[in-house]
Amino acid sequence: MNKTVKNADEAIQDIKNNMTIMLGGFGLCGIPENCITALVKKGITGLTCISNNAGVDDFGIGLMLQTRQVKKMISSYVGENAEFERQLLSGELEVELIPQGTLATRCLATGYGMPAIFTPAGVGTEIAIGKESRKFLVDGEEKEFLMEMAFDADFAIVKAWKGDTQGNLIYRETARNFNPMMAMAGKITIAEVEELVPAGELDPDHIHTPGIYIHRIFQGANYEKRIEQLTVRKK
Amino acid sequence: MLDKIGIAKRIAKEIKDGYYVNLGIGIPTLVANYIPKGMNVVLQSENGLLGMGPFPFEGEEDSDLINAGKQTITTVPGSAFFDSAMSFGMIRARKVDLTILGAMEVSDNGDIANWKIPGKMVKGMGGAMDLVASAKNIIVAMQHVNKAGESKLLTKCSLPLTGVRCVKKIVTELAVIDVTPEGFRLLERAPGISVQEIENATEGRLIIEGDIPEMIID
Repeated sequence: MNKTVKNADEAIQDIKNNMTIMLGGFGLCGIPENCITALVKKGITGLTCISNNAGVDDFGIGLMLQTRQVKKMISSYVGENAEFERQLLSGELEVELIPQGTLATRCLATGYGMPAIFTPAGVGTEIAIGKESRKFLVDGEEKEFLMEMAFDADFAIVKAWKGDTQGNLIYRETARNFNPMMAMAGKITIAEVEELVPAGELDPDHIHTPGIYIHRIFQGANYEKRIEQLTVRKK
Repeated sequence: MLDKIGIAKRIAKEIKDGYYVNLGIGIPTLVANYIPKGMNVVLQSENGLLGMGPFPFEGEEDSDLINAGKQTITTVPGSAFFDSAMSFGMIRARKVDLTILGAMEVSDNGDIANWKIPGKMVKGMGGAMDLVASAKNIIVAMQHVNKAGESKLLTKCSLPLTGVRCVKKIVTELAVIDVTPEGFRLLERAPGISVQEIENATEGRLIIEGDIPEMIID
């Protein structure tokens, strides 16, 4: 089953205005750079983006904010982005902030075919307002949990280190982050990889995301893999 | 009075051999530098790593290898990578022994506020709400008073909450304090700080019993 497409433009060709898309990555680490560039080029607007962060002003999802393509961000942390702040304060952009673990687990629920999860994150805070909650016994103590719903996303776009033509994926280091759950959660999932190999070349024991979740895959080009906070020590 | 490094050094004394520890951004990150040598401690970074090491040497940074503060880091021998769902899974399932994080306010019943100031740009809670809702042991590193000199250890938090009844211990520039069902319990004074000064800087219920020893930092 060959899932290969030529490039990012072909992979995203049927993403339309006002759709909901998930984008993998944590900060600028493990983000689908090629597809973001293609989305900017295609110019579709009114997008709802589910992504842990919103990039920086001139990289990542920040590029789609510059071109006003994003109607709503669903994220856990959106700092480090002046254009984001401007659009938010002027009312051009909606934002829904979600605890990071809740975000990850709601993606997981979608990919695991579960309609909802129960999490203690946010109990007693403003994010619990209007949400159904339930008490469970945990270690002999009654504890309250919020019911959080699985996501419903038209597309998920993820970035992996290696992939094969069947769509099997291997991530590298902390660039894995949200990519595996989002890969499982898209109605259509697009994977861009640094190295695409023929089926059979990856060790089946090493696959992180099995190809069944992936609909389109291509080898990306010119990865910048920008570092957000360079911290080093002297030799 | 302690400086940031002093607070980090004092918190490091709370870490025990064999602990898995999650360190928040700011002073908590500094704690890693003062974990006693020879102690077996594994640092968890919630973006998907157990076994976080120090910053890389110049020129050896790897853009795929960052911590939850998006800083370039390294791994130590025996480390493991995983996805964000598993990362918060191990936090929720209370596999992480100790969480150390910063706070804007803590109340004497253990509520914490550290993510949002009304009227200011809200950046988000990141993983803080998940961590405080699930951790078995939470130590807060914070300043005892704000820039206006007002206490940040309160009867009731004034800022939007991150979590409720979760903080176990607080280390500030002035004191080490336990959070108990009866309120804040003063355990130790910072060098040169009197019990009276700590009382003055604490708005919430403060229990003072017997002689309060001065902290031993080094």
